[in-house]
Amino acid sequence: MAHFSPTPVLEPGQDRTMILNMGPQHPSTHGVLRVLLEIDGETVVRIMPDIGYLHTGIEKTCEAKFYQQVVPLTDRIDYLCPMTNNLCYVLAVEKLLGLEIPPKAQWLRVLMNELTRINSHLVWLGTHAMDIGALTVFLYCFREREEVLKMFEMVSGQRMMTSYFRVGGIALEPPIGFFDRVREFAGNFPEKVDEYENLLTGNPIWMMRTKGVARLTAEDAIALGATGPTLRGSGVDIDLRRDMPYTSYEKFQFKVPVAQEGDVFARYMCRVRELRESIGIVRQALDGMPEGPIKADAPHVVLPDREKMKTQMEALIYHFKIITEGFAVPAGEVYQAVESPRGEMGYYIVSDGTAKPYRVHMRAACLANLQTLPAMCEGRLLADVVAAIGSIDIVLGEIDR
Amino acid sequence: MALVSAITDLEQLKTHPAVATLLAWNPAAVQGAKFDRDEMTIYVDRANVHEACALLRDNAECAFNFLSDVTCVDWYPAEPRFEVVYHLLSIPKKERVRLKVRLDSASPAVESLTSLWPGANYFEREVFDLFGIRFTGHPYLRRLLMPEDWEGHPLRKDYPVEGYR
Repeated sequence: MAHFSPTPVLEPGQDRTMILNMGPQHPSTHGVLRVLLEIDGETVVRIMPDIGYLHTGIEKTCEAKFYQQVVPLTDRIDYLCPMTNNLCYVLAVEKLLGLEIPPKAQWLRVLMNELTRINSHLVWLGTHAMDIGALTVFLYCFREREEVLKMFEMVSGQRMMTSYFRVGGIALEPPIGFFDRVREFAGNFPEKVDEYENLLTGNPIWMMRTKGVARLTAEDAIALGATGPTLRGSGVDIDLRRDMPYTSYEKFQFKVPVAQEGDVFARYMCRVRELRESIGIVRQALDGMPEGPIKADAPHVVLPDREKMKTQMEALIYHFKIITEGFAVPAGEVYQAVESPRGEMGYYIVSDGTAKPYRVHMRAACLANLQTLPAMCEGRLLADVVAAIGSIDIVLGEIDR
Repeated sequence: MALVSAITDLEQLKTHPAVATLLAWNPAAVQGAKFDRDEMTIYVDRANVHEACALLRDNAECAFNFLSDVTCVDWYPAEPRFEVVYHLLSIPKKERVRLKVRLDSASPAVESLTSLWPGANYFEREVFDLFGIRFTGHPYLRRLLMPEDWEGHPLRKDYPVEGYR
């Protein structure tokens, strides 16, 4: 446990070392992460991430909004997996309300969530490979990602900031042709993953840049609060989808990829295998999609259908009341965690019985994962820092919120 | 999934392994417990939180070996004003428990958990930054998200949403 003293890197500790400032405008820091490095030649002596450049005070903003108005804010936290954030938030509010969600809505949520995971992992794979110098993979990944974004646009009208889930269900029924399109994508995707793996997995340059680099032991990963593929790459077998299931994940069969080595390559293998498992879940969701409503039967919470609103007085009143006054949520508190592409995404919501949340806290997986950087990089080469940052898969929007 | 009212009677909750472990160790440290919406909350005395967490981590019955989250709730103007909230996860048992510490508004401080879980570092710095809670024994308690020279703690309830103008 030698790496854990978070001593500030402000001035060189020894005569022969110097301070190097990496970021916040550095392409391999994936946004606005600033990393302070104390280096001795090419060797990293100490490393300190400096964050907060993207802090927008979303948690404070949530306290001033109605419960349903928070949903679009959750997209903006982690812009690579908007639906996972939507899901986590609405699950937490539904738990506070004690709402029962119809099966079709749950399966649609699973379907969209796994597509989101694929989308996020594709961006990760492309940029991570590009950081290390394999430029081609980026173009391949973004080709498939474009297809996923088009599907997002079909259901929600938005490519990235989808806000597709609502408290009590789903915003809209997916349009005609959507399921066929997903099925076609699911059929083609495994061979695309083979293509990525052809380019990387056996590639000697890739292996030299990733194998044995930025090692993280299971003990350190747990102590530092790492989750998701960063934790599973170190041999800890936990996946919230399987172990603490939410939104009907217990009805799906999938494997949880775990690797023992704890290096960049292990985390890479975990995520690439997750891509294959996700497409399997997508297929199961398509095959077993139940029929029925996509919104819960709770008129005081769920907005009525447009058609009903124009023909029924009660529906119009409920619509007016929800939009102008919001809906009151019984007092209490919940912590809901979901397995986001990066790890444990958690929402802690405290309600005081009014229509606005008293406190919304987002447990960002990346914030904790970023703390593993010193354990991975200290004593290693400077060039490996880039590989290590890429392998954690950070999104600064989520870290800074 | 209709809502069931919360159980707050400590006698009924004694069977929960975390409550039982803490009560067996030091009954005075447990100020109360709540079981609501399938989630367990234990109120711990401010002086005992570090030892309580160490106990829950190392006890084989509980095995809460993972610190998921540290955050805070401001109940301004009520006293005690702050509640520091810890979410523990047991990776072997797949269970969660929530510990809460109540703090007064006058110089709120609580012992840091960084010696148990180094991962508490950023979480505690964030709470310090946004709420102004001091974590004693924290190795580097500086602002995390806001600029170093920022005035005030934005997530406190008496801090305006639009900020001071």
